[in-house]
Amino acid sequence: MSTVAISLTPVCAVDTIPIEGGVAALVAGSAVAVFRSFDGSVFALSNVDPFSGASVLSRGIVGSRGDVPVVSSPMYKQAFDLRTGACLDDAAVRVASYDVAVVDGVVHVGSIRPAGEDA
Amino acid sequence: MRATGWEHVVPTVLGMTKRQRIVVVGHGMVGHRFVQAAIERGLAETHDIVVLGEEPRAAYDRVALTSWFGSGPDALSLLPGGEYDDPRVRLVLDSVVTEVDRAARTVTVVSPPSAVGDLLAHPGAVTVHDYDVLVLATGAAPFVPPVEGRGKDGCFVYRTIEDLEAIRAASEAATSGVVIGGGLLGLEAANALVQLGLDTHVVEMAPRLMPVQLDDAAGSTLVRHVERLGVTVHTGVVTEEVEGGSSVTGLRLRQAGTEEGAPTEVVDAQVVVFSAGIRPRDALARECDLEVAPRGGVLVDEQCRTADPHVFAIGECAAPGGTMYGLVAPGYAMAEVVVDALLDGPGTFTGADMSTKLKLLGVDVASFGDAFAATDGALELTYADAVAGVYKKLVVSEDGTRLLGGILVGDASAYGVLRPMVSSGLALPDNPEQLILPVGTGPGLQLGMPDEAQVCSCNDVTKADILHAVAEQGCESVADVKQCTRAGSTCGSCVATVKNIIEDHFASVGKVVDKGLCEHFRLTRQELFDVVAVHGYRRFDDIVAAHGTGRGCDVCKPAIASILASQTSTHILAPATAELQDTNDAYLANIQRNGTYSVVPRIPGGEITPDKLIVIGEVARDYGLYTKITGGQRIDLFGARMEQLPAIWRRLVDAGFESGHAYGKSLRTVKSCVGSTWCRFGVQDSVGLAIALELRYRGLRSPHKLKGGVSGCARECAEARGKDFGVIATEKGWNLYVGGNGGATPAHARLLAGDLSTADLVSYLDRFLMYYVRTADRLQRTSTWIEQLDGGLDRVREVVVDDSLGLGAELEAEMARHVGGYEDEWRATLEDPAKLARFVSFVNAPDTPDPSIAFTTEREQIQPIAPALIPVGAPA
Repeated sequence: MSTVAISLTPVCAVDTIPIEGGVAALVAGSAVAVFRSFDGSVFALSNVDPFSGASVLSRGIVGSRGDVPVVSSPMYKQAFDLRTGACLDDAAVRVASYDVAVVDGVVHVGSIRPAGEDA
Repeated sequence: MRATGWEHVVPTVLGMTKRQRIVVVGHGMVGHRFVQAAIERGLAETHDIVVLGEEPRAAYDRVALTSWFGSGPDALSLLPGGEYDDPRVRLVLDSVVTEVDRAARTVTVVSPPSAVGDLLAHPGAVTVHDYDVLVLATGAAPFVPPVEGRGKDGCFVYRTIEDLEAIRAASEAATSGVVIGGGLLGLEAANALVQLGLDTHVVEMAPRLMPVQLDDAAGSTLVRHVERLGVTVHTGVVTEEVEGGSSVTGLRLRQAGTEEGAPTEVVDAQVVVFSAGIRPRDALARECDLEVAPRGGVLVDEQCRTADPHVFAIGECAAPGGTMYGLVAPGYAMAEVVVDALLDGPGTFTGADMSTKLKLLGVDVASFGDAFAATDGALELTYADAVAGVYKKLVVSEDGTRLLGGILVGDASAYGVLRPMVSSGLALPDNPEQLILPVGTGPGLQLGMPDEAQVCSCNDVTKADILHAVAEQGCESVADVKQCTRAGSTCGSCVATVKNIIEDHFASVGKVVDKGLCEHFRLTRQELFDVVAVHGYRRFDDIVAAHGTGRGCDVCKPAIASILASQTSTHILAPATAELQDTNDAYLANIQRNGTYSVVPRIPGGEITPDKLIVIGEVARDYGLYTKITGGQRIDLFGARMEQLPAIWRRLVDAGFESGHAYGKSLRTVKSCVGSTWCRFGVQDSVGLAIALELRYRGLRSPHKLKGGVSGCARECAEARGKDFGVIATEKGWNLYVGGNGGATPAHARLLAGDLSTADLVSYLDRFLMYYVRTADRLQRTSTWIEQLDGGLDRVREVVVDDSLGLGAELEAEMARHVGGYEDEWRATLEDPAKLARFVSFVNAPDTPDPSIAFTTEREQIQPIAPALIPVGAPA
């Protein structure tokens, strides 16, 4: 339990993140995009859009493609799976996905998850 | 030799073939078509082309001459810029060719003094042009029968814009007018007189109107339509004399077939228009000893070549095989044949389909194939509805298997299907009467047309050409096919057939042309717009729950945000819509490649005080922003971090600026020239109008960005015709042009209405913009929107100018609501802490700027350093 507690960074109150919106947070020096989907689930991906290199994913539009909750990059519009960071428009591309938890109404971001592991 | 891109203008000396020169005499519709085809098909690669036009203006659509009253000469122009966009083609107007010297291969041209300015210094300049190939495209002249008194003041012909101008001037003091000739052109001329408010008569020697195209029953149906418009028709009469002193006072008529001295009647008239047929203008050919046909026209072979291999003739001045063709489509075909011949192609002209379809005085009239059942054993099927004023006749072969021709009056909608059936010899269905029965009583007109059937006779486009464009060239709409094949781009009568062919093709290959917005909505933007209006939705969640699936995406969410913004005047960052906005709207600024934003304050009409200019400079300097002048006469400040935006806006708003909406699919700028307040040429205050229009339409959310322009005179320094709406000052008011844009597919705006008062201009613009906002597809600029509307620009004119849908007041009221509800989005954001909350770099470290943003300096200003791209597949 103690190791988990150390690696979690409190970011903001969950209500700060609009439904189907995102915010950027600074976690251990890296920019992380934290999103809330329609059903209130919270996800965290790297904020860096891999196609442009700009730190902007938190400003993308959150929605769905099929059953997949996605954010589309505000730069060139590629969609990323909020759960895994996988790019739906280019199978070779994935952004980092972070552990995330809501504790007492506060969003905590953990460490990068290995590829292929869902939230 | 180093390639400079200008090789074609440099005389060739290095073993290359010497460039040949083509001289085209005449810049009417056919001469213009020849030049277009020569450019498109590569003839201009080896030939320089000089076009000598006699009229003071470039080629225009003579077929639509009457519409000039409604929209002015510019709308008719086939070459709006007045010159070809190809340096190898030179158009010289105001040039009368007086002589052709076939031995020397030269033509002599006289330009009238008016064309060269100073009468004394230039009493008509004479120029001699060499040619390797001469193309005569001098057209035809109206035939004026030798009636006594035909030279009196008040007698006119109907052929050119200048003729119409003269008729209009004479009509101001007249109360009634007569057209001599009840054929196609005569009825067009009568339409002109009706529009000029004259009590109008038409005099025809034959027992019916349009005797060449129509039978008696069709002719009398047409008479009923025409008389309903207040035109008095006199058939079976001859003109004995034009009465009056030096000016016309009336026309004395006598029954055709009676002797001189028989009883006559007199029709009062102060204007007489002769429209009794045309004669080829073949004088140049006669004078240089080229043979002409017995009934006139330069005699040419199947390649439209005269006996002199260097001289061709095309259009109404030519007589291929001895026959002259008085329609534009055969002329176009001849133009193509000559280009083909000069490219050593096999094309020949062996006769033409003389089918016609026209709207005369608002009545649809068509005649095609063997309209008079001249073929042995031909049978006639007729349908007539005297109440509705509809007459339709099919001429079929003796065995009833083939359609030979027909006549349609009052409803010519079947023409697009029937005419190709004649030319392709397609077998008739078992119950051919279904083809002319009113829609709803038969199975409709979806017939299997063979691939070789010619669909567009004006541009010789077959069904196979259209299918190729759809199947191989990615065309999906009538607008695409028009662009690709030219089908439907001249008279437009085949557009409905083109549409059917496209739809049939997609149906046959199982392709659903999905006009739905995206995977979440099957509705088009227009349908969504209506759904939102009818139900009064204000939230995306309600709309997607009732009419869509899933949770939306970057396509449908901004589209719905735009629709909501157009219908309400709620701030785009209000809680219900903030998360629907694309990032530019979401941050009220334009995102740049490194994630920073650019800021554009509104500078209405491009007019700015020195003090405000200084404020922009100070803000840019204080925030270290890269500064650049835009094409829309304002200033763009680049490199602002997202969290700096509110502070930058605060400085600008305090100095009296507001958002320029550079980020929105909304009105951007209304560009202006300096206008009559300063410019010695200006005739109206273009800056004042541009400012008023920009302030009126600022903030209007639309399917795509919108730009406007206002020029203070015809010199058009504001480039208004490159805008979605362009206004050009005239002596009498304003001309309104619509549908222009720059970008990848530039479009010139076309005239919607001319000589408007400022009040009418604003009311038409209100209607035009709201009609566009309501009905266009997402990301559809006004040019493509107009193109895909059924009826195109004419449809827009009907709705906006004629108010044919009765929507005018409603559209204006919607615009009034928009204007009244406008607020500056920057100021409103600054005043609302909830909206400001999003403008932080990091939610948990608001004082730490994004460390990935870095700049270098170039030409004394910042430039972004490209962020390092993360290798593909490797998570950051």
